[in-house]
Amino acid sequence: MRGPARVPRAACVALTVLAAPAAAGCGGGVEADGIAPGVVRSSWGDPPNPLEPANTNEVQGGKVLDMIFRGLKSYDPKTGEARNMLAERIDTDDQRHYTVTLKRGWTFSNGEPVTARSFVDAWNYAALLDNRQRNAYFFEYIQGYEKVHPDHGAPTARTLSGLSVEDDRTFTVTLRQRFSTWPETLGYNAYAPLPRAFFDDHRAWLDKPIGNGPYQVASYDRGWAMRLRTWRGYPGPDKARNNGVDLRVYTDGNTAYTDLQAGNLDLVDDVPAAQLKNVRSDLDGRYVNQPAGILQTLAFPFYDKDWTGPGAVKVRTGISMAIDREQITRRIFARTRTPATDWTSPVLGPDGGYRAGLCGPACRYDPARARRLIEEGGGLPGGRMTITYNADTGSHREWVDAVCHSVNNALRRDRACVGNPVGTFADFRNRMAAKAMKGPFRAGWQMDYPLIQNFLQPLYYTDASSNDGHWSDREFDRLIDRANAESDPVLAVREFQRAEEVVRDQMAAIPLWYQNGSAGYSSRLRDVALNQFSVPVYHQIRVG
Amino acid sequence: MRRHVLRRLLQMIPVFLGSTFLIFFMVYALGDPVAALFGDRAPDPATAARIRAELHLDEPLWKQYLLYMGQIFRGDFGTAFNGDEVTALMALSFPVTLRLTLVAVFIELLVGISLGVLTGLRRGRALDSSVLLLTLVVVSVPTFVSGYVLQLLFGVEWGWVSPTVPPGAPLGELLLPGLVLALTSLAYTTRLTRTSIVENARADHVRTAVAKGLPRRRIITRHLLRTSLIPVVTFIGADIGALMGGAIVTERIFNIHGVGYQLYQGILRQNSPTVVGFVTILVLIFLLANLLVDLLYAVLDPRIRYA
Repeated sequence: MRGPARVPRAACVALTVLAAPAAAGCGGGVEADGIAPGVVRSSWGDPPNPLEPANTNEVQGGKVLDMIFRGLKSYDPKTGEARNMLAERIDTDDQRHYTVTLKRGWTFSNGEPVTARSFVDAWNYAALLDNRQRNAYFFEYIQGYEKVHPDHGAPTARTLSGLSVEDDRTFTVTLRQRFSTWPETLGYNAYAPLPRAFFDDHRAWLDKPIGNGPYQVASYDRGWAMRLRTWRGYPGPDKARNNGVDLRVYTDGNTAYTDLQAGNLDLVDDVPAAQLKNVRSDLDGRYVNQPAGILQTLAFPFYDKDWTGPGAVKVRTGISMAIDREQITRRIFARTRTPATDWTSPVLGPDGGYRAGLCGPACRYDPARARRLIEEGGGLPGGRMTITYNADTGSHREWVDAVCHSVNNALRRDRACVGNPVGTFADFRNRMAAKAMKGPFRAGWQMDYPLIQNFLQPLYYTDASSNDGHWSDREFDRLIDRANAESDPVLAVREFQRAEEVVRDQMAAIPLWYQNGSAGYSSRLRDVALNQFSVPVYHQIRVG
Repeated sequence: MRRHVLRRLLQMIPVFLGSTFLIFFMVYALGDPVAALFGDRAPDPATAARIRAELHLDEPLWKQYLLYMGQIFRGDFGTAFNGDEVTALMALSFPVTLRLTLVAVFIELLVGISLGVLTGLRRGRALDSSVLLLTLVVVSVPTFVSGYVLQLLFGVEWGWVSPTVPPGAPLGELLLPGLVLALTSLAYTTRLTRTSIVENARADHVRTAVAKGLPRRRIITRHLLRTSLIPVVTFIGADIGALMGGAIVTERIFNIHGVGYQLYQGILRQNSPTVVGFVTILVLIFLLANLLVDLLYAVLDPRIRYA
């Protein structure tokens, strides 16, 4: 391990005077480059939203919440199975009225006990419109949601009528409709309990969040780094096997990778596409590449009549068959993506609803049939199509160009398909919200919880939160409703798969590939693994 | 002299108002930033409406501008989307970039002027030609190329420095990024100084000084350099603002979280309060640097003072 060069103290003092306000720069109080023993140094991205459980809807903030919070359930990092964590049991007779009983002995890291109220207060806070929480809709299944979070106007209630505290360890939940897999969703971060400190001094809590997980926040330098240290008093079964985690913010994945190679960083949880070719030799095998609950698709603007006419299903299916998934995943993604053959993810497992090959021939590369189908369907609307994507993040340009190339080859026309880059993700989302897409567009789905329901309902149910193509099908909606009301999980999964077949027959979106999580780590670390959300399982990592 | 300064200060006001309005207009014309806050999901309309109202995004643009300017004059730059005060972000990042810029300017002054004087005095010789060639190479290589190459060589291959700058950005760690940032300007400074020296070496007052038999060292520093530095000072003065704004690339390569980083994040997330706030401050710095240059003129060349 090479240490970075140091500046002589005298030079430091002289130059500090030169740049007066920057006094913190020279040997400042923080362990600027020292390596704390037993601590994992990991890459991080600056979370775009405040770090509140119900306000965090992306991976970077979620990573921290995973470390400092434990909820009623937690997902097994290997199997994805939802297991009781703080919940002793969650009972129901009718899939609508649930009684939650908490385990004894859990506290927040500041000593406050975790009670039924910690959950009920947190959920009420999350649902209330005035608090502007981005994950508020997770609570829409609970009775009284429309009063605390009306579509228009001010809330007429401050708390959810469906929640009620029975005693310190028990609370009841009444849902608006039957939802058999609802308990399995409770491992999601939005459902985390909150201590009183959150409500009493919100500003201070945001500066240094307090939770009940295996780690606690030691310091948080905005935009630079967060230092998490192992909480010795953690009562849970999944105690941290290291002394802590330093999260360092990187804007550029390549820079983080450079730092890993220079021994300046221990863990990079997103190996940039440009490095995938060399990563195995660079890191001498210290590389993890495993499936995650992420599916990439092409969505269609169903508000545009060009894409909904009677022949449109054939056109959509034809486009799907014109895409050589095998070659694109090999050439561009170095096998960190797997060609998709259904609309869920392999991480669900066959019992959870993943069915390999459900898409059938529609997802197999067959240029001749693709051409025939598109012709039968009346050809591409206007003779050509564009694929819209945001060019600011990911390596979207490469694969969109490759997909278009594949389609052009199949149709034997040079300019039948072209990519349509949009500068920023913000602008991309704007066009989607404004229903301004002219042709197929990039859509990606990272699951919130490992349930087949999460791969279907938010994406294809009429007016659902992520139904960006605004697809609507009565049969699909009916099957989803039936699946949710089904009390037997095996039968529920079967209903969901039937709904998925409707998605297939209508080709509501073209599945492209399942995405793997990829991570590289230094020789200091052992037992590095990713969970199904492609987030490192930090508490299991051993250092040294 | 005082009138000169006062006039310059008054001229800054319309420039400031005009430029901030342009920035404001451009950033807000990009559209509604709220949609992106919800990630890959359509925003829930009620929550989105609340956020929009809070940020005054539901008002007409001219009203938003007036509200914003009113805020700024009270020292309130609004709140970034992650809940941080923009002024707090500024307090974190401006010192870092300022330090980086000062390191760059320091290198630029030291190396650029010395090389310029050396080559200017030895015009046409081997040293002159080789430095000229070298500056040509430096100018034609984009910053991100030189940045990544130097980072790879010094940081990874030889391990002399850390390839990225740790939190807090201590000065010693800023030497390499400072050099990368300075490179292009350094080449210009060298060439500018050289030309200026060559020109002034034939000037009357220098010839007189030589004829008077003054020591060579004194002729160079007092007579030749003083007049020759005027264009160089102009360039460097204007360059300070450009360097601070242009640090985006360098800061990204070396993972320095200064102004460039905040601007980059701000643009990516269409975070209007951050972008407009930061650019406003950059405009101010640019204007002040230019003012300073004008004042330095007067010191270097008394004739300007009376003009």
